[in-house]
Amino acid sequence: MTYRVGTRVRVADRPHEGHHRTPGYVKGKTGRVERMHASFTNPETRAYGANGLPAQRLYLVGFAQRDVWPDYRGDARDRIYADVFEHWLEEAE
Amino acid sequence: MNDHDHEHPHAAITNGDEPAAAARARALEELLLEKGVIRREDVRAGIDWLVSRSPADGARLVARAWADPEFKARLLADARAAALELGLDPGPSPVVVAVENTDAVHHMVVCTLCSCYPRALLGPPPNWYKSLPYRSRAVSDPRGVLTEFGVELGDDVEVRVLDSTADIRYLVIPRRPAGSEGMSEAELASLVTRDSMIGVSAPQSA
Repeated sequence: MTYRVGTRVRVADRPHEGHHRTPGYVKGKTGRVERMHASFTNPETRAYGANGLPAQRLYLVGFAQRDVWPDYRGDARDRIYADVFEHWLEEAE
Repeated sequence: MNDHDHEHPHAAITNGDEPAAAARARALEELLLEKGVIRREDVRAGIDWLVSRSPADGARLVARAWADPEFKARLLADARAAALELGLDPGPSPVVVAVENTDAVHHMVVCTLCSCYPRALLGPPPNWYKSLPYRSRAVSDPRGVLTEFGVELGDDVEVRVLDSTADIRYLVIPRRPAGSEGMSEAELASLVTRDSMIGVSAPQSA
């Protein structure tokens, strides 16, 4: 499933044993696809000597800071962006 | 009969003065050499390449972008191609994406998971960039961190933190300072600091 720019997406809130590049603070959070990057080899398998294939599409996802940190002190418009691989994303309602 | 039951204290096992991380890196290197995965020359060449990189390259990109709006558009669209256009080495695989600071939006870059950084264009990252306090506070309290770096932003400026969690490296095009009108590209480049391309300082025209 490919997510177009502007799509509201939720980052899967699942435990993952071993190396992965999805930071804990965005797991379970809903944001917006800001950019669709290229596809890259999967670091979760590459880290253990495999070739990382199939490659996974990478997205820049933007989150409202106040959605990520409930007591965020800055402006309501402030945003935090993270690059998240497609297999960590699901479409949000 | 056990004559060594660990009821008595041992001296702590240490690496002498060598930090644990350095000992681990050395052990990994020796193993990779022994198994023929890498060669000693590869390690040396990699280190030589890394320390030969400098923020002067990034500053040239920013100065050209300030001087030439069409180049800025190309830099924002494809930073790798823009670097090659200036004869700069954008490095191996990681994709560089440039983002622009404006009157309305301020970007700053962090790598919360490790120390991802556009090394090809900025050289080795500063130690604070790799420190736990920066990596944790840049995402949760960016305005507080910016204040400590001396950047005062108005409430009307939106702060965007970019966490480079994967294969993309982010380069900030800072705002061109007032008073820099009429400067040559070389003079402009001298205003562009490393920290301003991470997004934690603002270039000043002296």
